[in-house]
Amino acid sequence: MTKTFAVTRRHVVAAAAALGLAAGTALPAAAQDPIKIGLIASLSGPSAKSGEAITRGILLAMDEINAEGGVLGRPLELVARDDENNPGKGITAARELINREGAVVIFGGLQTPVSLALVPYINQTKVPFMGPWAAGTPITKNGAAENYMFRVSAVDEMVDVALVERAATLHGATKPGLVLINNPWGESNEKGIMAALEAKGMENAGVETIEANDVDVVPQLTRLKDAGADALFLVANVGPSAQVMKSLERMGWDVPVVSHWGPAGGRFSELGGPRAKDVEMIQTFTFSGNDSPKAAATLEALKKKFPEIQSAADVTPAVGIANAYDAMHLTALAIENAGSTDGPAIRQGFYDIDSYEGLIKTYETPFTPEDQDALGPEDYVFTRFIDGEIIPID
Amino acid sequence: MIVSTLITGLALGSMYGLLALGFHVTYAVSKTVNFSQGASMMVGAVLGYTFAVTFGWPTIPAIVAALLGCAALGLVVERVLVRPFASRGSDLWLMATIAGGLILENAVLFTFGKEPRSLPSPLASEAISVFGTGAYPLQLIIPVVGLLIAGLLALVQRRTKLGKAMLAAVQRPEAAELVGVDTRAMIAASYAISTVFAGVAGLLIAPLFNVSASMGTIFGIKAFATAIIGGISSAWGVMLAGLLYGCVEALTTAYLGSSYTQIVSFSMVILVLVWVPNGLFGRAEVKKV
Repeated sequence: MTKTFAVTRRHVVAAAAALGLAAGTALPAAAQDPIKIGLIASLSGPSAKSGEAITRGILLAMDEINAEGGVLGRPLELVARDDENNPGKGITAARELINREGAVVIFGGLQTPVSLALVPYINQTKVPFMGPWAAGTPITKNGAAENYMFRVSAVDEMVDVALVERAATLHGATKPGLVLINNPWGESNEKGIMAALEAKGMENAGVETIEANDVDVVPQLTRLKDAGADALFLVANVGPSAQVMKSLERMGWDVPVVSHWGPAGGRFSELGGPRAKDVEMIQTFTFSGNDSPKAAATLEALKKKFPEIQSAADVTPAVGIANAYDAMHLTALAIENAGSTDGPAIRQGFYDIDSYEGLIKTYETPFTPEDQDALGPEDYVFTRFIDGEIIPID
Repeated sequence: MIVSTLITGLALGSMYGLLALGFHVTYAVSKTVNFSQGASMMVGAVLGYTFAVTFGWPTIPAIVAALLGCAALGLVVERVLVRPFASRGSDLWLMATIAGGLILENAVLFTFGKEPRSLPSPLASEAISVFGTGAYPLQLIIPVVGLLIAGLLALVQRRTKLGKAMLAAVQRPEAAELVGVDTRAMIAASYAISTVFAGVAGLLIAPLFNVSASMGTIFGIKAFATAIIGGISSAWGVMLAGLLYGCVEALTTAYLGSSYTQIVSFSMVILVLVWVPNGLFGRAEVKKV
């Protein structure tokens, strides 16, 4: 005997209700459901300013895109998670953003260790990653056959070439020393600087590492001085970089310091003491001393959207905002090119971008499968931190 | 190189020593320690910054107020994080004080701010020349203050009624109570003293370093290591162990390179513990039955 399915009145009502709900919501849903963009960055802790800068850059770009009707007819929406500077937390956040929130592209933050930890997961889930800050070389050059890691920022190995070039030509250095933070970012740059020195046939006076909480780095610096260092390469964030400059001041050692962009955070002038202004550091963008109309317009738009921003000194460093702003626009173009929010299609969409007039520069075919970095050495500028403002120098 | 390295080592070592003295004081009275000593150090520096820079108070009142704040913190830590557990013979104060330190750090993060700040001091603005090397006057003062405090503490413990009452409180709590020693008050006082020492360390190091929520964490860990090497039961012992630890760290960095610093200094901790389990200057505990 087969069990018959008796259609009761209750079933009919339920079915009608379900259909009605579907009909009532499904159509507008398809048209208006936002496309979610994830962000995993330091939103608390000592690097919180970096997360704030990236968020501002993304939101500003999203406003412009949404005002033009969004992407694929849908608005963009930012879903941010705090990585607390912790690679483990970063992976948890990526899982949540991709699986639960349905984010179609994940933006990263300042910390190279966090972005590096995401590489295997991103390439496995095939949801593209866009790095607007962390510069570690292997983030994008990770050797994966199908690479989903993109970046609009500086790249350590290219930065390192620029640092060596500057020390050699401008300061006449022949035997520079390295002062590196003891983490994967420092390590990535040790390789890069050593390779760049070797390519120029230059010697080095040694490699010294510092910890994030080191108070006094005189012993490390004394070793480099005794080894005959005639310039220093500095790779560390604000706090430890400030301790390096204070230790140099105390030693009375007047040596050129050519730096990655670590010291570019908020209060380096205050923390680093009188020698802070001597650090020559690399940037991809500054509002100060920038006469492009797009830069002026963007700064105005920022002031309007975030009333706490009153001058260029309030958006220090500008790289986080500028990189994230251009990265968001490029990402929107990639999704538009893809015609869908499918990961592999968006990846192809990135390669299909031919030209975009951005804040940092006009991008021409910014991404290819061989080079997933949109910025290169020609986009780097050297700057000094003077009275709380980052000023370009020659 | 040796002079500048020793200056570095002695100044840092005094920090470890001061925090370790804090471990010593509470241990000597109650056999418990405050694992949030690193956070207490940070609170000293943050309060100092708030009073001196944010409120613009003159130096002395700002220092006194910051240290009073630290003492109050010590009393709260003892009452809330230690006593409820220690009084029923549980060792959970260990976790509770670690948790307390994390809570403090996070509270400071969103009240004081996420960015490190600089605490200016006339003693750390211009380097002077010492045996051919540059040093801030503050770096030379720090070890002196450290040794003075250790000496004073040893004197109080041996020569004064308060010191004897504190020792009695741990050696024979019941007998101490019988002769009128308020053991609870003694333990509470030891916590206040311990956080004041941490506060002194925080105020001393801030002008050389910076003021931030996470500044004390690594100091707290290293200070506990030095308390153990020194033999936690001796005030002089922990201070000297602090200085020793600081110098070993600085000398290793200077002569072997920074990659070896942590390996050598923590290996030293393990070796000391293997060879002299009670620490370099500690005495074996004698339990009389």
